[in-house]
Amino acid sequence: MTPPSTIAPKLAPKLAPKSGQSLHRFANPGRFLRLSGAVLPWIAVPGALLTVIGLAWGLFLSPADWQQGDAVRIIYVHVPSAWLASGGYLALAVCSVLSLVWRHPLADLAAAEIGPVGAAFTALCLATGSLWGKPMWGTWWVWDARLTSVLVLFFLYLGHIALVRAFDDPTRGYRAGAILALVGVVNLPIIKFSVDWWNTLHQPSSFSLTAAPTLHVDMLWPLLIAALGYSLLFGAIVLTRTRAAVMERRLRGLLMARANAADANPYAAVGDDA
Amino acid sequence: MTRKGRRLWLLLICGLGVSVSAGLSLWALSDNLQHFVSPSDVAKVGAGGRTVRLGGLVEKGSVQRATQGRPSANFRVTDGANSVAVTYVGILPDLFREGQGVVTLGVLRPDGGFQASEVLAKHDETYMPKEVAEALKKSGHWNPDAGPPPSAALWNTIPSKPPGGG
Repeated sequence: MTPPSTIAPKLAPKLAPKSGQSLHRFANPGRFLRLSGAVLPWIAVPGALLTVIGLAWGLFLSPADWQQGDAVRIIYVHVPSAWLASGGYLALAVCSVLSLVWRHPLADLAAAEIGPVGAAFTALCLATGSLWGKPMWGTWWVWDARLTSVLVLFFLYLGHIALVRAFDDPTRGYRAGAILALVGVVNLPIIKFSVDWWNTLHQPSSFSLTAAPTLHVDMLWPLLIAALGYSLLFGAIVLTRTRAAVMERRLRGLLMARANAADANPYAAVGDDA
Repeated sequence: MTRKGRRLWLLLICGLGVSVSAGLSLWALSDNLQHFVSPSDVAKVGAGGRTVRLGGLVEKGSVQRATQGRPSANFRVTDGANSVAVTYVGILPDLFREGQGVVTLGVLRPDGGFQASEVLAKHDETYMPKEVAEALKKSGHWNPDAGPPPSAALWNTIPSKPPGGG
């Protein structure tokens, strides 16, 4: 394949697919670092603020449930983290498609950085659910379809984390990880619809497209604010980690170039150091 | 076709294959993925001495708790069409009440009764403040002992604190 840069500028737009071209604009690490550095505070600060507001409202000011009492307040942690566990995996899958089809170098880095953050939110979802289950259901854990499919999601995240870091050649790790992530996507609709398709101990969703949310508005607002705050924080953490990964790769490149130069001309390198 | 196009098609075809095989497996395993059976299932197929989970609502007016000795309870689990009498020795979860969903693990006795070794309370997807539940009960829109609450549109914007009450 001829790289687009060697083709006359007039012909380039015809030969290179438009979407690919615009996507690869962000593959330039310098441009990505500049742009993401400018955007980051506008995500991180509102994310932190909304999370604090949502949690304070939910944990202290919102009403208790008529039968659960204060135990209902765990939804302000459990539900947003559950949404992000699935949402984060969807982001991982999108990065994997960009990586496998368009060979986008930033998508590889982003996918590797989404994994641990998504796994953390999934663990938070499982832990808070279990803490709620003991006093309300009477058990820490049951093997119903919802709980089991979320546990599978957690293992998919762990598998992805391990796989992308398991090869000496990072590119092979990214490819293998992307394939694993895409196969795991079938789990997302299973998680979402498990409570509708089968009998589960876990309650169905309070939200539907056709009916009013079965959650009182005084609980709904803090939940939505907390969910928005969590999502922005999730984005900010992933962006920060991806920036760090880009810089790390640059640094490694520089060190490698220096070492290669030293190998090629040992006397010069000794002179440099002395 | 470009390399990108080829990779995209390959990915789509693999995705289709994975989805179809996952869908077929789940469909085939569907009965085993049920966490519990309903009283109607028990009436239709029977449970024949196997250990099963039985789920449904605790029937209104059916709960009898032992007043002396070990904590135990008799109640009926219903799904509207059929019901099964359940006997349980042990401590019931806090959410257990008439009209509440429960999942019980146990064995169907030859006399048709269900001997439970574990009773879990099932919480439904509604979350409402105490004042709202009281208002619904007072206005006659809902009796919690009889089953799930009415449509959320009826109650999810009722003020959770009485006006002027702080």
